[in-house]
Amino acid sequence: MLEIDIEKSLRDFDLHLCLDVKQGQTMMLVGDNGCGKTTLLNLIAGLDRPDRGRITLDGRSLFDSDLGIDLPPEARGVGYVFQSYALFPHMSVYDNVAFGLRARKMPAKDIDRKVKRHLEEAGLWEVRRAKAADVSGGQKQRVALARALIIEPKLLLLDEPLSALDVRRQAAMRAELRETIRACGVPCIIVTHDLRDVVSLGDNACLLERGRVAMRGRAEDVASWGADQQESAETNDLS
Amino acid sequence: MSGDSKTAEDGSFRESGLADLINKERHGTGRAVYLPFRNRDIALKASLGLLLALAMAFIALPVLALFLRSPLPSVAEALHDPVVLDALRLSLMTSSITTLAVVIMGTPIAYVSARFSYPGKELADSLIDLPVIMPPAVAGIALLMAFGRMGLAGHYLSSFGISIAFTTLAVILAQVFVSSPFYIRQARTSFEDVDIALENAARTLGASRARTFFYVTLPVAMNGLLSGAIMAFARSLGEFGATIMFAGNFQGRTQTMPLAIYTAMQGDLDVALCISIILVAFSFAVIVLVKVLTRRVFKRC
Repeated sequence: MLEIDIEKSLRDFDLHLCLDVKQGQTMMLVGDNGCGKTTLLNLIAGLDRPDRGRITLDGRSLFDSDLGIDLPPEARGVGYVFQSYALFPHMSVYDNVAFGLRARKMPAKDIDRKVKRHLEEAGLWEVRRAKAADVSGGQKQRVALARALIIEPKLLLLDEPLSALDVRRQAAMRAELRETIRACGVPCIIVTHDLRDVVSLGDNACLLERGRVAMRGRAEDVASWGADQQESAETNDLS
Repeated sequence: MSGDSKTAEDGSFRESGLADLINKERHGTGRAVYLPFRNRDIALKASLGLLLALAMAFIALPVLALFLRSPLPSVAEALHDPVVLDALRLSLMTSSITTLAVVIMGTPIAYVSARFSYPGKELADSLIDLPVIMPPAVAGIALLMAFGRMGLAGHYLSSFGISIAFTTLAVILAQVFVSSPFYIRQARTSFEDVDIALENAARTLGASRARTFFYVTLPVAMNGLLSGAIMAFARSLGEFGATIMFAGNFQGRTQTMPLAIYTAMQGDLDVALCISIILVAFSFAVIVLVKVLTRRVFKRC
């Protein structure tokens, strides 16, 4: 279980968030551009530092300003899929997926076995020798996900995982993504713009506004509220 | 969604309105307006072509003259001259050591400059760039004032029995001074171009800062670093002003290729021409090497 209670002053507003995500649950994070969604993911992953507060994962403290705990990103065991996928362009698909295991100095034989299994599950075994830049958008997304999952993370963070795909691929990948996430059984936070993602991927959802939780509840409720808001905004635009 | 389509329609109305207006303009005045435009276009292209031809001739002519004035057999003969051999050996050795030193010291400096901000960063960056605009002769005198026997730092060094000026070490120091900005500027740009998300991804996957740097940042920036290092090498190879001021002109010790050309010019022009040919060949090889090495550009993901 992930528990967050953090504060950080940003350029335009103060981020103050209190959230928890239970084991095996997926929390969708929605909100306008610049409301602090990606910042929150970076704070949890340890790429950015909160001013105050606590982040606990399965009872282990990742960050605690009172106790002076601030684990570096490499020690947090968080799987992070970046919006741009951030695949290493100079490495093959295989080396991208193997990167986290090599960083852990795992024996080569074990790495080979695990990478093979993950690549086969993701349908990437045939393209394992291709450079990461040369595979299709959908394949890149799968490489990024496989690379994050192979380290057996205790928490999964996904930043707009489908936004780089065209609309037709989005629908197919959405179902695939949901299954993969369900199979890991760890807490998961997904940032999205798309209300369709909220319902199809999330258990619950959280609406952020200027660094604060504006609404929190079941994914369906937040999505339908969001749809209403969108409609009324459009009506206002028309009038 | 309906809002979006509405604005899109508005947009297309506006666009088609604009298109109508342009069409009317065209029809109203006919093709007469169009032709002078085309003529002007041809004139512009012709003058640009002429400019390019002039520039190419300006650079190619002196190089061509160099080759035409000194027949190849005499170049081969010059390669047996001990003065030329000493200069060639010294030039290659000092330029290689300089490049190595510049890369080892410049890479961390360039990375820090690209990724972090610290108090006085602007000043540090300007100071690093200073040798590019400083005349080499001025750099030579400045080095002499700093590391010469009576210099600011040289004064203390000489009390330990260390003397730098007019030694091979002085040649290397002069080359490092003038060529380091060429590498550091290029390396800084290359590091800035590496997407920070790649480094972040490596960290979350379990790589330490050092591992991230050596396995992700460095390989992705490698093309730029290589071309920077080759530029620094080429600049060291051609270094003249600072070297003659700070290191002097002693055969086998401080007389590099450009100094040997200068010395030969006083007596035998043919020898000077031969050394020049060798240096041009080296410089040209360097440019070709840069082009070949930097062609392997990674696509961005």
